[in-house]
Amino acid sequence: MTSSQIEIDGSSGLATYLIRDVAPLGGERVDLVLAGGVIERIEPSGSVVAGEGVVVVEGGHLVALPGLVDLHTHLREPGREDAETIRSGTRAAAVGGFTAVHAMANTTPVQDTAGVVEQVWRLGTEAGWADVHPVGAVSVGLEGTHLAELGAMAHSAAQVRVFSDDGKCVADPILMRRALEYVKAFDGVIAQHSQEPRLTEGSQMNEGVVSAEIGLAGWPAVAEEAIIARDVLLAEHVGSRLHVCHLSTAGSVDLIRWAKSRGIRVTAEVTGHHLGLTEERARDYDPMFKVNPPLRTAADVEAVREGLADGTIDIVATDHAPHTREDKDCEWAAAAFGMTGLETVLSVVQQTMVDTGRMTWADVARVLSSAPAQIGRITDGPRPQGRPLAVGEPANVVLVDPAVRRVVRPAEQATASANSPFGGVELPGQVMATFLRGRATVLDGVPVEQDGVSRVGASR
Amino acid sequence: MKHLLTTRGLSRADAIRILDTAGQMAATQSREIKKLPTLRGRTVVNLFFEDSTRTRISFETAAKRLSADVINFSAKGSSVSKGESLKDTALTLQAMGADAVVIRHQASGAPHTLAHAGWVEAAVINAGDGMHQHPTQALLDAYTMRRHLMPRVGRGVGVPGVGAGAGLDLAGVRVAIVGDVLHSRVARSNVQLLHTLGAQVTLVAPPTLVPVGVEAWPCEVSYHLDEVLVDLQPDAVMMLRVQRERMSSAGGGFFPSPLEYTRNYGLDAVRLGLLPEHAIVMHPGPMNRGLEISAEAADSPRAVIVEQVANGVAVRMAVLYLLLAGDVSQVGSHERASL
Ligand SMILES: [Zn+2]
Repeated sequence: MTSSQIEIDGSSGLATYLIRDVAPLGGERVDLVLAGGVIERIEPSGSVVAGEGVVVVEGGHLVALPGLVDLHTHLREPGREDAETIRSGTRAAAVGGFTAVHAMANTTPVQDTAGVVEQVWRLGTEAGWADVHPVGAVSVGLEGTHLAELGAMAHSAAQVRVFSDDGKCVADPILMRRALEYVKAFDGVIAQHSQEPRLTEGSQMNEGVVSAEIGLAGWPAVAEEAIIARDVLLAEHVGSRLHVCHLSTAGSVDLIRWAKSRGIRVTAEVTGHHLGLTEERARDYDPMFKVNPPLRTAADVEAVREGLADGTIDIVATDHAPHTREDKDCEWAAAAFGMTGLETVLSVVQQTMVDTGRMTWADVARVLSSAPAQIGRITDGPRPQGRPLAVGEPANVVLVDPAVRRVVRPAEQATASANSPFGGVELPGQVMATFLRGRATVLDGVPVEQDGVSRVGASR
Repeated sequence: MKHLLTTRGLSRADAIRILDTAGQMAATQSREIKKLPTLRGRTVVNLFFEDSTRTRISFETAAKRLSADVINFSAKGSSVSKGESLKDTALTLQAMGADAVVIRHQASGAPHTLAHAGWVEAAVINAGDGMHQHPTQALLDAYTMRRHLMPRVGRGVGVPGVGAGAGLDLAGVRVAIVGDVLHSRVARSNVQLLHTLGAQVTLVAPPTLVPVGVEAWPCEVSYHLDEVLVDLQPDAVMMLRVQRERMSSAGGGFFPSPLEYTRNYGLDAVRLGLLPEHAIVMHPGPMNRGLEISAEAADSPRAVIVEQVANGVAVRMAVLYLLLAGDVSQVGSHERASL
């Protein structure tokens, strides 16, 4: 040991990790020490020596990112535990590099009261794979008529800040206005599923050349754009925060760009599948590619990639929507809308944005961690997320090997469902390790069963 | 040659072969004993998730004339309405040893899924799926046009009738397809097949009933029926069935009233008079007399609507024959998955 070297040991209760020679945000290589639940040290590469009880991770090829945060996950529990549970969904999240997910409100019962959001929050905590932040419904029962008790959810143990009727659009303009206004009292945000209902009655896929040919009822781009246009104007009028879920068309990107140029408080997300896939995949009527909003044209895909690269689109979300085999193994029209995404999204972003030179790993950290955490208002408080990789920060860290290429095997994923649109596809990049407040949830690419964590009341 | 799901994958040679085979089948139907032993011992299942007595009877007749055993499975009102899936039904048919499944389904792509999901080994024949395709309808329409118009339009000499046009395509034939193109599997199937056979197709409809994306189709589009009749001088006018419900707001509000539709897009005696003398009038049936077609037009000597029905049996016999007994090597190098 030379004089410049530092020796650490693992004497604290939680395991101490030395991640050697790793590249935070793809930048200069360092030695990273996680101890006591925080990032204890960041030192020049090769300067830290492991003492007793220290787990060493060789970071040679790895990029370190802050733990990923998903603003848009469907965990299905309560109500559809046959498709996913909070436990299986958050385990999948950990495998995908996430340390926090926002659980959408369209469960059964709907997450429209303090009681239900607290239940979801508690089950997430007990599962221990990733922080679960319930999204509260905007309207009672997602019915789009009466405001749900947004304040009670905000002031519950779950501290809800994101509200959405996702799966359905808040179509009534006065209800949308009231919701936008009301959440100002607790700095909430309305996350809108932008879908004009009358323009999309019976819709099965993007409206255009492919739908005309294969005879599936079309979901026109304007049905999304019309709602976004209305909502940004409402948000401007009342001075509130609006978040646009899973934006999918070139026109939507233009609208967000325009709204931001006017100073409107709007943020927007794109999903991994809208970055990676086009409507051409519908041609064989394979229900794995049935999703809402639908896969769009190549020009739309190009526009959302560009919008993400230039910051018009703030974040990437998964819209992880697990479904049972029965709900997908049928004819297209009878199949459920939705795709899984937690375990593939980082690879899709690497493939479409990093490997193409449009974004750096620092940008990836922004769109998949810090920005979604800021929109969800979880960067501070008792369990902060999306914070920078710096000494003293909570040790929410994901290690990625960008050089690995792997074929997606939906049946082998951690999610309880197998409806991945990337099944059989080779994608770049693999999450090698995920740390949630200094505890490894994934090591060597496989989930670490959480034996040290209380599972009381979470036996599922 | 494994399935018949769409006219899209059908090559010109495949299509002509089916039409020629249909001609041979039609010839047998003028004999005293109409029944052929060809498919003895084979089982054809008519799997109808959507009512269509005409189409079902046509397929049933075709299969029986070829001596196949026919099972009619009407899924409407059966366990399907209680949630039995297409998959479960398919597995049942597989267990019963069906050799061919003729499927009519309200969902576009259901026949494709049935053929490719690995649920059945039978040949799958699409008898109409949602707004997608109805390939045997297009084939019988092409067969009917060829009998009446070729080689006349081909500027040759010939007598319309059984066997007329054998070996020929529809090069040079001008066809107007009029009406609810948006929801029409008949239009989709015909545009593709007629294009493959060399015909020139013009779709005529109010803009609300033209699909977004039609620009990629190999045809022209017009909103003005009179202009098309006068300028194009079509050899065949194919009227599509229009559902009255389409004008209500619940049905989509596609046009303001039946009267306005009829004024602009209905085929009546006056418009009939604009056509060239040899032109034929077609309709897939059932007709809404007084809406898309007037009684005079429907019953005029130019109307070949009843004959289309008879030709349907011959064409379906040809398809069943080629799928279940025909020499694969002579037909099937092209687009095995589609035909
Ligand atoms: Zn949504």
